[in-house]
Amino acid sequence: MPRNRTARTAVLGVSVRRPATGQSTSRTSTALRRRVIVGVLVVVALVLVTLSFRETNGGPVTSVQNAGAAALHPFEIAATRVARPFHDAYSWFDGLLQARSDQKKFRAENERLRQQLLQNEFAANEVKQLKALLDFREGPTFPGDYNSISASVISRPAGAFAQAIIVSAGSADGVELNAPVVNGDGLIGLVTRVTSLASRVTLLTDEQSAVSALDAKTDAAGVVGQGPGLGSTLELDLVSKDKKVSVGDTVVTAGWRSAKLSSLYPKGIPIGVVTSVGQTDTDLYKQVQVQPFADFSALDAVIVLVRKTETTR
Amino acid sequence: MSNAARAAVLVLLAAIVQVSILAPVSILGGTPDALLIIIICLALLRGSVAGAVAGFTGGLLVDIATLGTLGVTALLLTVAGYWAGRYGETTGRGRAHAVPLTVAVMTVLVALGGLGLHYMLGESVSAHRAVVTTLLPAIPLNLFVAWPLNRLCRALVHQPPATGQRSIEVQALV
Repeated sequence: MPRNRTARTAVLGVSVRRPATGQSTSRTSTALRRRVIVGVLVVVALVLVTLSFRETNGGPVTSVQNAGAAALHPFEIAATRVARPFHDAYSWFDGLLQARSDQKKFRAENERLRQQLLQNEFAANEVKQLKALLDFREGPTFPGDYNSISASVISRPAGAFAQAIIVSAGSADGVELNAPVVNGDGLIGLVTRVTSLASRVTLLTDEQSAVSALDAKTDAAGVVGQGPGLGSTLELDLVSKDKKVSVGDTVVTAGWRSAKLSSLYPKGIPIGVVTSVGQTDTDLYKQVQVQPFADFSALDAVIVLVRKTETTR
Repeated sequence: MSNAARAAVLVLLAAIVQVSILAPVSILGGTPDALLIIIICLALLRGSVAGAVAGFTGGLLVDIATLGTLGVTALLLTVAGYWAGRYGETTGRGRAHAVPLTVAVMTVLVALGGLGLHYMLGESVSAHRAVVTTLLPAIPLNLFVAWPLNRLCRALVHQPPATGQRSIEVQALV
């Protein structure tokens, strides 16, 4: 190589001399092929998004998706079972530490609740008798008017975009669209999609969720939805300023009924506890924040409530 | 088993593990995305077309398994796989920092792309929750799991031999 030539110019020189026609055509066709494949995939994805978004339940795309979900179901169950021992071990240690710190608090709470239970039983009997006297008609009550279907959580969409879980019970188990879902702590959400073997449950923390609710102590009614803050804090909205709501009050589902229309949620399912109450002169309603009883980040098993039919009641 | 078959099995397993095992895991608010990392690693190994196909397949599996809007995750991961592959084919070739750099950048871009896409579909989500609460912890988490997943990818799927122009250049230098 001459002294005044660098390795780079030497390489460039060689590339000029080699027969370039075949290389150039091959590179152009490879780039074209690459762009066509990616373009086709992007267009197919966009078409699927459009069809899936516009289609109602029971359409062809939904049917294909349901069939695919049914095919993937055994794999998901297997993966959940493989991960279960590790998850259980973590939960056991975590629960042990938590239990020690909670023991004292729960003893005091148990004492208080025992006294409250006696008073409530007395009041419930009284209400029952009064309702019978008035021939009072009301919406379905929980849990008496509902069948419960236990299901384990098999997956959940990644990211913050969808606050939802997939549970291992579907239409074959009796799950219906818009069935309320609870766990031992309280309300979880609503069934928004049903396949034969699995169902999608939209959680209360989803922006699209809204539940008519009331303060169990004062009967102040409002709508519970996703809160403005971080985490799983909820907000009890549309509570009139003249209504009384206090920190520590329990919020439960309202379960209203009006003519043939009724709330999707039965009355009396605990949702959470009021953690802050505020109001300003400019706002029409109070700002009530609610800490849900359920831990939405650690859902393992849930109960789907399906309304009993007239014949099974 | 051919490279393509191994890559397909890898994508299927990653999608199942992601929706069944990793998605419920929340560490400081973030969740590791094994599927995205596997797609990036495959794209860096096998090129942009393989990355796009892996992204589309993996995303579609996630959309089916989670009963979400079909095609949303597929679209995001197709573009992510293609871009990662293009980076691998051009400036990222043979660089040690290619995997962590691509994982960090793609984690951010996929999250922002997802936010925009869901917003266009009317599925509103708090930008603070999507970007600050979940994205910031997700970057170190993804970087943490990227190393073992990259080793797994490299063990199962082999890089194609370099052909064409590069070999001619080497001959000229020698």
